[in-house]
Amino acid sequence: MTANLMLIAVVGVMVGSGVTLVLERSLTRILVGFVLIGNGLNVLFLVVSGPAGAAPILGLSGDPMADPLPQAMALTAIVITLGTTGFGLALAYRAWQLTGTDDVQDDLEDDLIRRRAERDEVSVTFDEVDDTELPDEGYAGDSSLAPEDEVPA
Amino acid sequence: MTSLLGQLVLAPVILPLLGAGLCLAFGRSAAAQRLISIITLMAVVASASVLLFRADQYGPQAFNVGGWPAEIGISLVADRLSSLLLLISTIVTLCVLLYSIGQGIVEFGRDAPLSVFYPTFLVLSAGVSNAFLSADLFNLFVGFEILLASSYVLITLGGTEARVRSGTIYIIVSLASSALFLIAVASVYAATGTVNFAQLALRLPELSDPVATMLQLLLLLTFAVKAAVFPLSAWLPDSYPTAPAPVTAVFAGLLTKVGIYAMLRTQTLLFPTHELRTLLMWAAILTMVVGIMGAVAQSDIKRVLSFTLVSHIGYMLFGIAIASELGIAGAIFYIVHHITVQTTLFLVAGLVEYRSGTTNLDRLGGLARKAPVLAVMFFVPAMNLAGIPPFSGFLGKLALIEAGVDAGDWLVLVGVGAAVATSLLTLYAVAKIWNRAFWQPLEDPEDDTPVPFDPLVLGGSLHGRSSISTATQRETTWKDDTEGVRLPARMAMPTIALGLVTVALTVFAAPMFAVAERAADELHERTPYIEAVLGDG
Repeated sequence: MTANLMLIAVVGVMVGSGVTLVLERSLTRILVGFVLIGNGLNVLFLVVSGPAGAAPILGLSGDPMADPLPQAMALTAIVITLGTTGFGLALAYRAWQLTGTDDVQDDLEDDLIRRRAERDEVSVTFDEVDDTELPDEGYAGDSSLAPEDEVPA
Repeated sequence: MTSLLGQLVLAPVILPLLGAGLCLAFGRSAAAQRLISIITLMAVVASASVLLFRADQYGPQAFNVGGWPAEIGISLVADRLSSLLLLISTIVTLCVLLYSIGQGIVEFGRDAPLSVFYPTFLVLSAGVSNAFLSADLFNLFVGFEILLASSYVLITLGGTEARVRSGTIYIIVSLASSALFLIAVASVYAATGTVNFAQLALRLPELSDPVATMLQLLLLLTFAVKAAVFPLSAWLPDSYPTAPAPVTAVFAGLLTKVGIYAMLRTQTLLFPTHELRTLLMWAAILTMVVGIMGAVAQSDIKRVLSFTLVSHIGYMLFGIAIASELGIAGAIFYIVHHITVQTTLFLVAGLVEYRSGTTNLDRLGGLARKAPVLAVMFFVPAMNLAGIPPFSGFLGKLALIEAGVDAGDWLVLVGVGAAVATSLLTLYAVAKIWNRAFWQPLEDPEDDTPVPFDPLVLGGSLHGRSSISTATQRETTWKDDTEGVRLPARMAMPTIALGLVTVALTVFAAPMFAVAERAADELHERTPYIEAVLGDG
């Protein structure tokens, strides 16, 4: 199999910049990142299909032909990327509508646990098992631990 | 006639898609949508059982879509493994559909405003079937994409803030794994010139070792994200608990198992020599142990169940890593058991939420006295999950442990120890739910301190109405000590039916395990599958 070095470089740059964008916090940038990755991967399928130049049609003549399968796969992948991008845009818009920002937010429970760790507290369950006298004190009494005060504006 | 039966392999993929289209066409009538989706899934269950019978009697059933030979076209194959999983997953899907119809009627009345739920649910079912039946890597990718795209819609249903937040994480992780899958497909095609499983099985041994290992790693990594194997499982407990109960139930039952199925298929068919066995074994052990540790620490029923889901994925991976025939058979049996049990438990959690307005253990109590039927409905699958002796969970774990002891090297024995410890900790986790939600009375039910408003519990309803109204409604149902409230039969009956399926797995464990063993045998031999795909090409 021969490979086109230029195309491989294109794949590398597109996927690389896509990954960089995906690591951002804003959903719109993440989406643009996935569009870049998706297109880079479509180019990768072109690389996979071998040397360029011949027609990708099966069985019409004895001429050398390009492999049609990767092109069919790339087409399918394009459609799928389009669909998921559309959905992602709708999601980013909805997030912006609800919170005024489209940043990807932390999970509430994770955040709760992290703040507990900062204060060096043990979990509710641990209290429950070992401390029989006032089982729910740790959670119900300390309202600053309740999740609602962490929801950003 | 034979050609008609041959085309039956298509039915589980085509029928739900047609049903979804019809549902959209009859979008104005709630009754018509419900009827269409029920009939469609019943037809799929029927075709899946015929497929299982034929695959068991006459060997793998292959069908080349569009008449192109398998090397260049798309083919669908139903062997014992895929048709068994297909049957159990469609039964589960049907039960969850009935439950969600019940929930819709109970919450919003007979002529509920229609949502995209039913068509999307049918498309999800089509995607799962396509993934189980596909005989090439790219069609497997398409199957994954179909089920993921519909799962994106389902997990953000209604678009409340909590669901958008948790859905975002899920969608980004899924997109990343899809990109990885595409890279894997392209690399496989570049190295071998085919994506057909049967041809790959013949061509992969000719590759040099490093190339083959790299391809195997790429595929395993992709499927591990989808199946929530330990280092790649962090997304699951963040995203699943927020979705409506039936959606979480069907996700927990099916989606991760599709990833495990893909691993099982590629490992046994493409890479039977297994260079990565140590890696898989460590992943299995860590998945089991770390997952169950997470479950023990949680204080919300849905989150505990999500973590046990991650943990028990480890058992199936353990079977795949052992790779002996008994290990594979144990893994197959365990997949079937776990699909039904985990789905039932999430449906019961949905009922608990309906009954008490919350699934938070700090605010639940005394349900065993207030809702004894619900308590039984939780108790049976919970004990089954923990693997208490007569149940199928015990039998599956026993088979896996036996296979591990047979294999006998030290790492596998560590895995056996981890499996036993995980089983005990699972018992502890479900006993904790039992104690705090069902057994102990609520400490102080008349307490007037405002309930911390927990967005994770919010919006359990299927149609995702505005979060505020849901919240007030929840609060009132929670504060009343509703002695007389009965469980809605429309929601309870499908749950009970699914519970009976889990019990049936125990009662008919011997024939079930025999089928699993024959399926493992077929996977081990490899030739029936390869001949079925390439033979008539």
